[in-house]
Amino acid sequence: MYSNIELFTMIAIIVLLTKPLGTYMYNIFEYKPMRSDKIFLPVENFIYKITGINPEEEMDWKKYALTFLLVNMVMMIITYFILRVQQFLPLNPTGAKNMESSLAFNTVISFMTNTNLQHYAGEDGITFLSQMIVIVFLMFTSAASGLVTAAAIMRGLSKKTTNLGNFYADFVRITVRLLLPISMLATLILVWQGVPQTFAGKVVVDTLEGGKQTIITGPVAVLESIKHLGTNGGGFFGANSSHPFENPTWLTNMIEMLLMMLLPTSLIYTYGLMINNKKHALVLYISLFVIFILLAVGAVYAENHPGVAYSKLHIYGKPYGNYEGKEVRFGVSQSPLFATVTTAFTTGSVDSMHDSYTPLGGAVPLILMMLNTIFGGDGAGLQNIIMYTILTVFLTGLMVGRTPEYLGRKIETKEIKLIALAILVHPFLILFSSALTVMLKVGASSVTNPLYHGLTQVLYEFSSAAANNGSEFAGFIGNTVFMNIMTGLVMFFGRYITIILMLAVAGSMAEKIPAPPSPGTFRTDNAIFGAIFIAVVLIVGALTFFPAVILGPISEFLSMT
Amino acid sequence: MKRKREIKTWSREIVVGAIKNSFIKLNPLYMYKNPVMFVVEVGTFITLLATIFPTYFGSTPDEVGYNALVTFILFVTVLFANFAESLAEGRGKAQAETLRKTKKETMAKLVQSDGSIKIVKSSELKKGDIVICEAGDIIPADGEIIEGLAAIDESAITGESAPVIKEAGGDFSSVTGGTKVISDRIKIRVTVDEGESFLDRMIKLVEGAKRQKSPNEIALTTVLVSLTIIFIVVVMTLYPMAKFVHVRISAATMIALLVCLIPTTIGGLLSAIGIAGMDRVTRFNVIAMSGKAVEAAGDIDTILLDKTGTITFGNRLAADFIPVGGHSKEEVTYYALISSLKDLTPEGRSIVDLARKMGAKAPDDILEGAEVVEFSAETRMSGLNLKDGTIVRKGSYDKVKEYIGEKGGSIPDDLDKEVEKISLLGGTPLVVVKDNEVLGVIYLKDTIKPGMKERFKQLRAMGIKTIMITGDNPLTAKTIAEEAGVDEFIAESKPEDKINVIKREQAQGRLVAMTGDGTNDAPALAQADVGLAMNSGTMAAKEAANMVDLDSDPTKIIEVVGIGKQLLMTRGALTTFSIANDVAKYFAILPAIISETLPAIKVLDVMKLSSPTNAILSALIYNAIIIPILIPIAMRGVKYRPMSANALLMRNLLIYGLGGLIAPFVGIKLIDMIISSIFGM
Amino acid sequence: MGEEIKRTIKFTLVFMVLLGLVYPFVMTGIANLLFPYQAKGSIIKVDGKPVGSELIGQKFTDPRWFMGRPSAVDYDATSSGGTNYALSNPKFHEELEKNIEEFLKKNPGVKRSEIPADIVTSSGSGLDPHISPKAAYLQVKRVAKVNGLPEEVVKKLVDKNIEGRFLGLFGEPRVNVLKLNLSLLEEIKKHKK
Repeated sequence: MYSNIELFTMIAIIVLLTKPLGTYMYNIFEYKPMRSDKIFLPVENFIYKITGINPEEEMDWKKYALTFLLVNMVMMIITYFILRVQQFLPLNPTGAKNMESSLAFNTVISFMTNTNLQHYAGEDGITFLSQMIVIVFLMFTSAASGLVTAAAIMRGLSKKTTNLGNFYADFVRITVRLLLPISMLATLILVWQGVPQTFAGKVVVDTLEGGKQTIITGPVAVLESIKHLGTNGGGFFGANSSHPFENPTWLTNMIEMLLMMLLPTSLIYTYGLMINNKKHALVLYISLFVIFILLAVGAVYAENHPGVAYSKLHIYGKPYGNYEGKEVRFGVSQSPLFATVTTAFTTGSVDSMHDSYTPLGGAVPLILMMLNTIFGGDGAGLQNIIMYTILTVFLTGLMVGRTPEYLGRKIETKEIKLIALAILVHPFLILFSSALTVMLKVGASSVTNPLYHGLTQVLYEFSSAAANNGSEFAGFIGNTVFMNIMTGLVMFFGRYITIILMLAVAGSMAEKIPAPPSPGTFRTDNAIFGAIFIAVVLIVGALTFFPAVILGPISEFLSMT
Repeated sequence: MKRKREIKTWSREIVVGAIKNSFIKLNPLYMYKNPVMFVVEVGTFITLLATIFPTYFGSTPDEVGYNALVTFILFVTVLFANFAESLAEGRGKAQAETLRKTKKETMAKLVQSDGSIKIVKSSELKKGDIVICEAGDIIPADGEIIEGLAAIDESAITGESAPVIKEAGGDFSSVTGGTKVISDRIKIRVTVDEGESFLDRMIKLVEGAKRQKSPNEIALTTVLVSLTIIFIVVVMTLYPMAKFVHVRISAATMIALLVCLIPTTIGGLLSAIGIAGMDRVTRFNVIAMSGKAVEAAGDIDTILLDKTGTITFGNRLAADFIPVGGHSKEEVTYYALISSLKDLTPEGRSIVDLARKMGAKAPDDILEGAEVVEFSAETRMSGLNLKDGTIVRKGSYDKVKEYIGEKGGSIPDDLDKEVEKISLLGGTPLVVVKDNEVLGVIYLKDTIKPGMKERFKQLRAMGIKTIMITGDNPLTAKTIAEEAGVDEFIAESKPEDKINVIKREQAQGRLVAMTGDGTNDAPALAQADVGLAMNSGTMAAKEAANMVDLDSDPTKIIEVVGIGKQLLMTRGALTTFSIANDVAKYFAILPAIISETLPAIKVLDVMKLSSPTNAILSALIYNAIIIPILIPIAMRGVKYRPMSANALLMRNLLIYGLGGLIAPFVGIKLIDMIISSIFGM
Repeated sequence: MGEEIKRTIKFTLVFMVLLGLVYPFVMTGIANLLFPYQAKGSIIKVDGKPVGSELIGQKFTDPRWFMGRPSAVDYDATSSGGTNYALSNPKFHEELEKNIEEFLKKNPGVKRSEIPADIVTSSGSGLDPHISPKAAYLQVKRVAKVNGLPEEVVKKLVDKNIEGRFLGLFGEPRVNVLKLNLSLLEEIKKHKK
């Protein structure tokens, strides 16, 4: 019951924030005059000036995609070198060593792609300087990259010009006007609740029992806020948001969830404004929440009813809930809720250990990453939603006897080729790399739980990588050369192929003249479409991943009954 | 009388030919064009190998029987798909055959440069040659009349037995090879070379010899290929993953799963749907130049229609009798009838019809000794001088006014008002006079063809905008437009108006269809997304259009739109059905695969199938026989009635979406019951 | 292209300084000004000496203290994490059996069917500072006995240290083990006087 109150309170808050924030993002993307221009314009102009960027320059989809790729590549290369020499740089109170090459490769891809799969331990694998100029920096820039490419795609679907905007200017504006201000506010709230923000690395205390305990602190709060706002998910500490310093109270737990949900939900409203079809956006919004709520309730139920694994211990309750890997302050209800949010919104932070979830409770985050479209991460999520929407329109739109059209623009061979490829990438990456991993000894040796659950660990790792989520079944040994390279590639392709294909779709759609809707048009703004959209997402997802899910979590579940 | 173009799908000839062709099409070089079924063919080959060398393919020797069965079912699946395509093609060929019969070798009277006539074979004619045709001759080639006028029997092509008049110059000058001159003598300039005649192209089109995949078909194929690749990945990766959790899958089972999952139903029927769609247009006596044109017809947002001949009959017909000057309606009706008894113009006949309908009756002997006054351009009045001396006239308002003035009669006060009213409505008033008395006015009106109003209503429900083009003045045009229920009209139109309207609509993202027959329609026909030319029209119009109506019925554009929509709907419906089917197949096959290792998986076997092997075979058999079961729908198209997109969607979703989810559960269970009871397996 | 790359590098460096240095330093300043205690890690001091962070769980093995949950990292705060055992993993069952046995041994008189799951399972962070109120009450008898305090007094300490649901709706009822033990320590000192 308490989890339901929490769930619906959060949804209520998000619904309230969606409109103002969505409108705000719309104003940012559309370069509308704002009252806050007085504060932000000088900052932006300063950045344009010292970097030599002309914010007026218009880019077509190819130029936009190329600039996006180039900026991301340069950021990855520079941060890679920082990680490789971090021990020689200042601000290293915990004495972290230089990062090994495959791990550094994995880490920069992981953070640049908004995935945040962490194969290093935050406590001793990375310096404070790296936490800031690599991790925090990439957390901001990857979120900004996702958001601005989404903006470009939205423009392609709504404008009559073939230009999609200016990547640099979009990037500067979204960072300065949206990400930084919200992060600052969130940082202060988190510190108030107990998240440290200091450069004193270690505190050694004398415990009551007379022993010593070394407590690692650090600039945690600045990382923690953008980690969730940017749907990044990488933790300052190994235990991520289950660590009391990252997530000390029920309130921070809720705030972190809200931060994750904030931008992907609001962006759908922005989309409605951009395409001048708020009802279509509303239909998507509600449909996604329906799937989200169903899965959230399912996960909470599973963790509260862990079944025979506990009942055979004959301890209190019948049973009392699956507490393994969970924190008492979050309990067995808010933890799975967090797991649902973090995978639906493609963040990847965890406030409990998903590896120790019940088979079906753990299947929920797995399925969400496989679907990869239930809101999703900042910007990238909307891109996947648009991808699935176009697929839905194409598959069922024919049934009204017209060439399928989306937002008045016909979906023809060129677009459908791109969409088909984009749909293909995700299952291909997950299934192919999982199969390869279980076939090879070097891969299979990363598995730490037996049989079905072991397979689930592998599937989880690659679903997380391909969906750019970043959460893990943490028992899985990620930090091997093989896994660093495999997941690095999966994250890379999972992110860039999809975004570039979607930019190409937008570029191609932008060239078409939109037809005004008529009674003969396939409508995308009513409940029927919502239902079809849900069905297509679930059926396409189910058809693709059903065998894998059956062999993993479902077989595990059945083997335990 | 229309000759029937109905060709039976299941005629013995066609079916036998189709069976033969389904085997010929097994050639991988051909199968490759249908990627989904090509995968099935490759799968068949692999299971065949697994039958012969079981141990190399993860099977135990005692599974040879099972492997052989899987091979057989897969083989039949491919055949079924080929059969569907061949059947559709067979129908096209049969259509072509009937057309080809009209293309006989004939003798032509070639006019040589010196003016003499030489008899040559029609096949020797070249473009630019001039031939002479006289009554009884078959026109040897497509051409244009450059001299003379003739009645021509075009029934060989149109099925319409009434002869049509063709003459040099103007819009009725083109003739088609294979048609027959019934009267008079004409000189024709041949406009095409041998083998490129209109008939030749028609034959090729309906035969499907030059069939190219249409844009939407290519797009859909792309999605199907993408799904197929996904499922290949799913099945291939399933093997190592299953092995990891100690589940053994043989090659035959993997291929069975793959074939069940890839969209074979729609993959097998897709080309049949396309061919059958074209065929439906043909049966409607419309020749579409490409599948693209038929698809575009389904997408039409705006239709441009000529008023005269399309929306209205083009003749002014009596609509009412209005008394003036205190006379009764009966009186004016009666004398209007009398005045027109001998008037054989369409207007006259319509007055008689309407008056009789309204109860007026002329005495049988009224015409005895009566003198007929015919209409003349000068008097602009007509009527009868009856035996008893009564003079009955009807005529135009100003002439009647003059006439009454001469006769010393008086004009009733309300005549002006009534006449003006009719004019304002876009009608033509005819004043009825008895002796020197004005009785009333006949309201002649341009009459809308029956059923047009309903059609426009349907079009509006379908979201299609109609624009009427007319040379009439705006007032008349508005009246007709409102009455017919068209959405927009262009009055006093000039030839270039059509193309401008089309461009304007297209600039707003709409697809436009229009009909036309004249040479000055040609640019507009070419500009339109769907241009339907009348077969009676000029060659230029026919060349510019992407469809030609052999019956020359301009209203057919509306049916063509319906056929286009039906074609797209059929594809969408069967795609949805095909994909929805997969859910049940999973529930049949996956538990069967895993149950050996993990018996608890049986809870997922919701159909409670008799054994794992039977489950896989049942799913596979279902997957095969659903193709022939759906052939009739693919051929006929899903049911289409004009309605809004939403209503259509709901209907099709229920039948093909929900139906597609449920049908295989029932089907597979049934097949399983049959297998297990008959073979006791 | 070369010009473009140069511009991109500049772009990267500008943002690296802004987001990676300026922003964190500014925020550290503000945070330490507004919330100095929390910003430094919520370190509890007794007589001026740091004894722990109120947020980080501490290891208690001596029977005189209330004990926290099992920890996969043994409450070593230079690392963190859980066991990551799957429920279907036989090790999970072994681990829990072992924890239950241990708890029963340390708390004589407690019945197996009284043990709540949280006190025998490992937390996600390995540093969970809390236990459930039920798990705290189960230890009252032992703690009172070892410290020579009346059970009533110790029970009252637990009562006092329970943090309930906010507004009765949000969060889980919990007891901070370190804080409870600190109040126990004071109670012991008071008692000795």
